[in-house]
Amino acid sequence: MNVLYFAWVRERIGLPREEVDSTAETVSELVDELVAREERYAAAFADRSALRVAIDQELRDFDAPLAGAREVAFFPPMTGG
Amino acid sequence: MRILVQEAPFDLGAESARFAAGHTDIGAVVTFTGVVRDSDEAPLQVMEIEHYPGMTERSLTEIAQEAQTRWSLGDVLVIHRYGALKPGEMIMMVATAARHRKDAFEAAEFLMDYLKSRAPFWKCEVTAAGTDWVPAKEEDEDALNRW
Repeated sequence: MNVLYFAWVRERIGLPREEVDSTAETVSELVDELVAREERYAAAFADRSALRVAIDQELRDFDAPLAGAREVAFFPPMTGG
Repeated sequence: MRILVQEAPFDLGAESARFAAGHTDIGAVVTFTGVVRDSDEAPLQVMEIEHYPGMTERSLTEIAQEAQTRWSLGDVLVIHRYGALKPGEMIMMVATAARHRKDAFEAAEFLMDYLKSRAPFWKCEVTAAGTDWVPAKEEDEDALNRW
């Protein structure tokens, strides 16, 4: 699936998007896999309560299932307006 | 309904005039404009606005549609910019048209409250001291509860 990062999450991980091969069934499991990879992921996901997630461009929770997901995005709380 | 997400500046007067023109069943038009405010600490060089192309247009459309189901509106306009903006530049505008002003005012406030914390934009302040992502305010999240 395509994994996207925005704002300081993008800066900490060091890239805006990447293709990830994963067997994770939920967002939390995907984050666990990413965190286990490298320190920069651990730094970005250190406080999950400070992050929001969207699956296929819809806001979801971290326990949401990933079945069929094409695009998962992680970002801090939004500051539009 | 018109939703525009763009890097280029917009002409507030022209957009407002175009939005208000051509209706005979509309008694009220409300517009709100968001402007880049200088930083309280160090002079702001630029405000970088990042967004999530695709999800941005989609969430703004959903928020505008929700406003149309809650209030009796003749029309809705949302323009939101992204990219590097200087203090005093206009970031965004919403406009609502309705038969009566109460619907137009309330819908405009609803649109603003929702697009502040539900549309995928992120502001980053650039000053001589460095760059700072603007944190979301708890009161902005609380503002959603009144709707």
